[in-house]
Amino acid sequence: MTYQFDFSPLLTYWPELAAGMVQTLRISCIAMVAGLVLGIALTALRMSPSRPLRWLAVSYIELVRNTPFLVQIFFIFFGLPALGLRFDATQAAVLAMSLNCSAYAAEIVRGGVQAVPKGQVEAGRALGLGTADIYRFIVFRPAIRAIYPSLCSQFVLLMLNSSLVAAISAEELTYAAQMIDNRTFRSFEIFAVVGLLYLALSQCLSLVLAAIGRAYFSYPSK
Amino acid sequence: MEQSAAPAIRLEHVSKWFGKLKVLQDVDLTVNRGEHIVLCGPSGSGKSTLIRCINRIEEVQEGRILVDGVELRGDGRNAEDIRRHVGMVFQQFNLFPHMTALENCMLAPRRIHRIGKDEARARAMGHLERVHLADHAQKYPAQLSGGQQQRVAIARALCMNPDILLFDEPTSALDPEMVKEVLDTMVELADAGITMICVTHEMGFARAVAHRVIFMDRGEILESAPPEEFFSAPRHERARTFLGQILNH
Amino acid sequence: MIREFGFPELLFVLEGARWTILLSALAFVCGGALGLAVALARTARSRALRWGATVYIQIFQGTPLLIQLFFVFFGLPLLGLQLNVWLAVTIGLALHASGYLGEIWRGGIQAVPAGQVEAARALGLGYRSAMIDVVLPQALRISLPATVGFLVNLVKGTALAALLGLTEATRAGQLMSNITFEPLRVYSAVGLVYFAICLPLTLWSARLERRLLRRG
Repeated sequence: MTYQFDFSPLLTYWPELAAGMVQTLRISCIAMVAGLVLGIALTALRMSPSRPLRWLAVSYIELVRNTPFLVQIFFIFFGLPALGLRFDATQAAVLAMSLNCSAYAAEIVRGGVQAVPKGQVEAGRALGLGTADIYRFIVFRPAIRAIYPSLCSQFVLLMLNSSLVAAISAEELTYAAQMIDNRTFRSFEIFAVVGLLYLALSQCLSLVLAAIGRAYFSYPSK
Repeated sequence: MEQSAAPAIRLEHVSKWFGKLKVLQDVDLTVNRGEHIVLCGPSGSGKSTLIRCINRIEEVQEGRILVDGVELRGDGRNAEDIRRHVGMVFQQFNLFPHMTALENCMLAPRRIHRIGKDEARARAMGHLERVHLADHAQKYPAQLSGGQQQRVAIARALCMNPDILLFDEPTSALDPEMVKEVLDTMVELADAGITMICVTHEMGFARAVAHRVIFMDRGEILESAPPEEFFSAPRHERARTFLGQILNH
Repeated sequence: MIREFGFPELLFVLEGARWTILLSALAFVCGGALGLAVALARTARSRALRWGATVYIQIFQGTPLLIQLFFVFFGLPLLGLQLNVWLAVTIGLALHASGYLGEIWRGGIQAVPAGQVEAARALGLGYRSAMIDVVLPQALRISLPATVGFLVNLVKGTALAALLGLTEATRAGQLMSNITFEPLRVYSAVGLVYFAICLPLTLWSARLERRLLRRG
């Protein structure tokens, strides 16, 4: 049996594919921002003087980093309603992605804070600045700059992992692909094309993130 | 802060340990207003640690430190208030790399004195002028030479209108040709009458501006004398050895 | 009759975890062999080989693992390749691993100082021997922390096999959740099973990295 390639059925479904791409980007961007903010908060907890708080932050980070994202999604979507926390598929998807991203972001951001020389903090203290001001004005930008490339890779990975939320029928690109596959049975063509669409998304995302990095986190260095 | 009759800085029986190592041993020191002190001694003698204790970048375990008559509290609660009128210049400059020279100078006055942008800029430009770097205000630290960076660091400290300036080996990280421009700036400051404590091995500078030279070794103050006396007739054996080493090299 | 999530049900998840481990090991070994070839191609002298390896890595690092698995499982059979689910998932995960390991080991090979290759060649060693005896042992040592780190990702990645119907730990959890109606407890247990597998690897990777940094 020889298989006849036929990409034409895909053309009929281009609005679904385009909508899926937009939705993938949308939930990924929300999760990136939320994940980074939460990750910074976790880093602050992890560096706080209180031992229980530090322990709590580390436990959370390691628990998330050492369990599969798919299980986290199932836990939030199927498990949490038992505690009275009910989400629709998209809400659960964004929540799972944000929480997942926060743990990885926290691990990366901590590396950035550690990369800032101690003398910088001392200079801030010698000027009479308080701890919050020192982190906000002196440590933040050099720390983010130091880890910006790893942060960007993590964000791209987050976007790619967003495909897993199709498992709870949250609508995005992979969900659209499965839907089209069920109607056309053109599995080879559809998954090849959707793979290429993800490849394009990840390349674009990398370029945009790099541009943001140049605009906000760069300054002359030796 | 109210000008009072109290000495600018007073250390009473100050001792400090790093783990088991005693780095300051029962140090007593009084610095008067407007006085210029040069602190010298072999490396590891505790001189940098001593001035880092004065603005509580390091904690002490025993003794009292009073700045302008106000005691530094053990819990560090008033450390920020004290630091606001004690400026510090570091060996490694510690300029903030993501801010221009001007922004480095504007940050603390804006956040702490809560002054407006224009006022902060005017003040910063005034002090950059004073260290002869007004033309470089818009440059980032990486675009400046070591000597220029250190002068920006001095301007940054001056922008908080400090009563006291602490210098922690300000010229040891500089290439030799840049030492002079920084020392010249410091001499100008001394002439303006600010209280200064300077850790340095620049004996020419000590002769020119110091009212007193203090010699430390192994965490103790061994000698305190006017420069002419210290350089011509050091009383302590270890001070003689130390002077012999740095003057012959 | 509704069952409770008790010991027999937990045992079922643990039996699934056996397949998680077996699948991870298979994918790591096959993916490793392929990844080594990718790393060598990526650092080869031939421009065509380097370019090919770069595209290969881009494809596997720029597309979701789930799409890669769907492509192998649903797409390839249409070309006449009849794969059972085990074979399809193993192939999919191994290809995925080869892209990532290829890139990690490429970094390791390039981190070995050029003088090492020159010295080996000056001694008269051929490419094969220079690589096997001189470069690869050093490259592997440099990239060991990242390799172990990726192994953690691979273990977590095997969970996606559940979506193709292979009964590893996650799918076992789904089945137990469906009969007990206790998803909270079931997925907590499943998460802890993965945690128990992954945490030692994560800690090992961190220790290797610290040791590497200390030696400089």
